[in-house]
Amino acid sequence: MNQALPIVDIRNLSYAIGGRPVFDGLDMAIPRGKVTAVMGPSGTGKTTLLRLITGQVHADGGAIEVAGQDMRTLKRKGLYELRRRMGMLFQNGALLTDLTVFENVAFPLREHTDLPERLIRQLVLTKLQAVGLRGAAGLMPSELSGGMSRRVALARAIVMDPELLIYDEPFVGLDPISMGVILRLIRRLNDTLGLTSIVVSHDVEEISTVSDTVFLLSGGKVVAKGTPQELRCYPSEIVRQFVGGLADGPVPFHYPAPDYFAELLAPGEAN
Amino acid sequence: MNTLNELWQSLIDSLVRLGAVVRFLLRMLVLIPSSLLRFDLIVAQIWNAGALSLVIIMLSGLFVGMVLGLQGFQLLQRFGSEEALGVAAAIGLVKELGPVVTALLFAGRAGTALASELGLMRATDQLSAMEMMAVDPIKHVVVPRFLGGVIAMPLLAAIFSAIGIYGAQLIGVQLMGVDSGSFWSQMRAGVSLSDINEGIVKSCMYGVACSLIAVYQGYYATPTAEGVGRATTRTVVTSAVAVLFLDYLLTAAFL
Repeated sequence: MNQALPIVDIRNLSYAIGGRPVFDGLDMAIPRGKVTAVMGPSGTGKTTLLRLITGQVHADGGAIEVAGQDMRTLKRKGLYELRRRMGMLFQNGALLTDLTVFENVAFPLREHTDLPERLIRQLVLTKLQAVGLRGAAGLMPSELSGGMSRRVALARAIVMDPELLIYDEPFVGLDPISMGVILRLIRRLNDTLGLTSIVVSHDVEEISTVSDTVFLLSGGKVVAKGTPQELRCYPSEIVRQFVGGLADGPVPFHYPAPDYFAELLAPGEAN
Repeated sequence: MNTLNELWQSLIDSLVRLGAVVRFLLRMLVLIPSSLLRFDLIVAQIWNAGALSLVIIMLSGLFVGMVLGLQGFQLLQRFGSEEALGVAAAIGLVKELGPVVTALLFAGRAGTALASELGLMRATDQLSAMEMMAVDPIKHVVVPRFLGGVIAMPLLAAIFSAIGIYGAQLIGVQLMGVDSGSFWSQMRAGVSLSDINEGIVKSCMYGVACSLIAVYQGYYATPTAEGVGRATTRTVVTSAVAVLFLDYLLTAAFL
């Protein structure tokens, strides 16, 4: 496989939800073997972008190529073949609640391979050891904390040895220790397993420590691209607002509304 | 004119929804052969939908049978033909009350459980996670639940009818003093195989309808607490209407 080609190549992507455009002319090339962060204010469509990359929804226009496959022409069978080469970590882990931790991690192996039980056990325990939860193999998902659930989901995402690992907001609601653990795991798994990682997040500080490239999305377009250091001194107001965490700026603090005083003093009924 | 337009629009919407349900059913039917290879998943769902509904079905069957015994006895006594109580209760239970009441109880007990379980799986991204692991959730989650319901329903209806007949016997024979011999012999003579067939066909059809409605509502539930609640309510309401409507059609067809 050509290492120079991007693993995800998005050209002139447009996508709308309910008539409201989410992306309009988005271009993005995600390099192989790197940790790439996709950041942006809430509601810019970061999660939607992941759904487009993984083929859960289809673009209205433009092209998305993932590992050389054109997502526009891919049928269900081809899509499932492609997804076997991807792993995805959902915001809340999305563990199957009726299975134990062990069975959750074993699930993709049991569904897609005919490996003997002994080998499945070894593989699952190895992956659980990698995320530090070998001791929790017998627990049910309801017995895990948020951080532990995400680590189990991570073990499940890597159990099929994917080429591409996608993280959807992996730090939401985590305490600093769990966050640190997940951060270290993202970097370590990427480097030791030779993966490509895409991390969608808005935790600027945290993600800057592990990512090689950052894309900043706003208004349906990429407004900045570069290393975390480059982004810090990027000559754009929106980037400064986002990276500096400023309440008001190009992304307004107020949701569009009629004039404040006029509305307060108006005699009409409540809206 | 406006009302006419709205009426027309709602008719179109209903047809579109019905079309979506039929498409969903067809997609499941295509996947059934490969799902049968994973029979363990289906057995687990027969347990969930069937065995766990047994208590409510048996209790209701007993009470319905007892009421039939009482009412039937009062009525038949007027004509001096109390001995016909056995055949009256059996036919009423096997052809009508067994399948219909079982289906209504099934929709309330197993149908709501199915819809809320699938809805919550949707809301907690479990179905998307399966999709991302290249496992078709319809094949792995929905079809086994559908088949579990379809297989459990006729069995539950048979148990309901059997316990109901016992309940009618309890009141008619033990309490009101109908002759035990004529109660059972008239039942054997009066209930034909076609009556039993009608009951079986009905309960199978209701099994398909109730399970289909439950898995469809759950699978396409809006992934919020409110959405899952609404899907559960819709399951019961739609199932009840569908069962009673189908009951009329099937009864007319069997005449």
